[in-house]
Amino acid sequence: MRILIVGGGTGGTIVANNLARRLAGEIRTRKVRLTMLSASDRHMYQPGLLYVAFGQMATDQLYRDQKSLLEPSIDFHVDPVETFQFDSKRVVTKSGKTYDYDTLIIATGSRVFPEEVPGLKEGGEEFYTEAGAVRLHKRLMEFQGGTIAMVVSLPHKCPVAPVEAMFMLHDFFKARGIRDKVKLRYHYPVNKVHATANVAVWAKPEFDKAGIEYETLFNLKEVDPVNKIVYSEEGTECKFDLLIAIPPHRGMETMEQNNLGQGGWIPTDRHKLTMNGQEHVYVIGDATNIPVSKTGSAAHYEAEVVAENISSIIKTGSAVREYDGKVYCFIEGGFDRATYNAFDYVNLPVLKPPSKSIHWFKMAYNQMYWTTVRGLL
Amino acid sequence: MSETKIVDARNTFCPGPLMELITNMKQGKVGDTIELLSTDDGSGADVPEWVAKVGHELVGKERIDGVWHIKVRKSK
Repeated sequence: MRILIVGGGTGGTIVANNLARRLAGEIRTRKVRLTMLSASDRHMYQPGLLYVAFGQMATDQLYRDQKSLLEPSIDFHVDPVETFQFDSKRVVTKSGKTYDYDTLIIATGSRVFPEEVPGLKEGGEEFYTEAGAVRLHKRLMEFQGGTIAMVVSLPHKCPVAPVEAMFMLHDFFKARGIRDKVKLRYHYPVNKVHATANVAVWAKPEFDKAGIEYETLFNLKEVDPVNKIVYSEEGTECKFDLLIAIPPHRGMETMEQNNLGQGGWIPTDRHKLTMNGQEHVYVIGDATNIPVSKTGSAAHYEAEVVAENISSIIKTGSAVREYDGKVYCFIEGGFDRATYNAFDYVNLPVLKPPSKSIHWFKMAYNQMYWTTVRGLL
Repeated sequence: MSETKIVDARNTFCPGPLMELITNMKQGKVGDTIELLSTDDGSGADVPEWVAKVGHELVGKERIDGVWHIKVRKSK
């Protein structure tokens, strides 16, 4: 049995380590072989980028050597897949090698695609890439006053990030002693300040208290980087001195080139996590088109379900459980308090009051993440 | 050629039905119709409000067994 994992991010690493432990005996006796193909020899802790933008994490703290995170029994190669041949159960990599599989797991994540919005790359800052987070931090340190506008494109990963960033901007400029010189303006695509009702109910009065202005039903259309104006699809506009954008995301380019799904998102069964029409192909994390948050936490829970099912199919012939839509997200409420959002397909999210203890747990989790991807937490 | 697509956003809370609809409208072509399935009570008002403001066309809206079926045609 050849199990091939394509992608070495959160989902791919957790599923690989989980399988390596569950199938240790089968791997030892060579009944099972686990192979991972990734585009990079480094693993990035992506939620850390928000902290880089506010000077609270250094860029080198975001990375670990990918091989160091994997069980030794996993055959790891830095050689991204370029072609999927589902009929012959085979992939072809950038180096020209072919890998045959019996079971395939696609965990290739997503990418920012600011080019989709005219003027955004030239006129906006972001914190979804290392270079973007570093540049935004420099701009925030140099900012002396004026209007900072936050705009949100769809789809995007980490749905709570724009709310967190607003509260952190408020505390950042308070700490710099120039909050009164900075107008913070928040723009959001739907008619609430967040798509999840309970987050919106909590955040709106907190925005009011912090003096954060907001405009809803604002979908990013284009940016005029010369005159510093951002326009919405709904016909409104905002003049800014600094624009921070949550850029639009797409699935990885390879998925689009292989016509695996619109926007590069792979059509996936939301419970079984199998690719539609391909029972031996699983898809987890951002790469799917399922209607849950694109977050490391969703990828984590999906990875556990897929590993348990593949292992059970090998041992007993049948899967044991379905993905229930579970997601858990910390939400920073500023520099010293946080809350969290936990929900699934059935249970509505219930938000706890923000506290210092949850904030410090999030700070601790920024380090504990490395034990999560190793499959220890 | 215009297409009709179903976006099944039943029992989803984040990013939620309207965000799923907006994402799919962006990816579609002018003339395409999307039928949004939603179990969110608010969709019956939220979706038409956005459709009217952004300038797409609301083709139909009905609730069957607790599920909103809202059809929207991309106009621009």
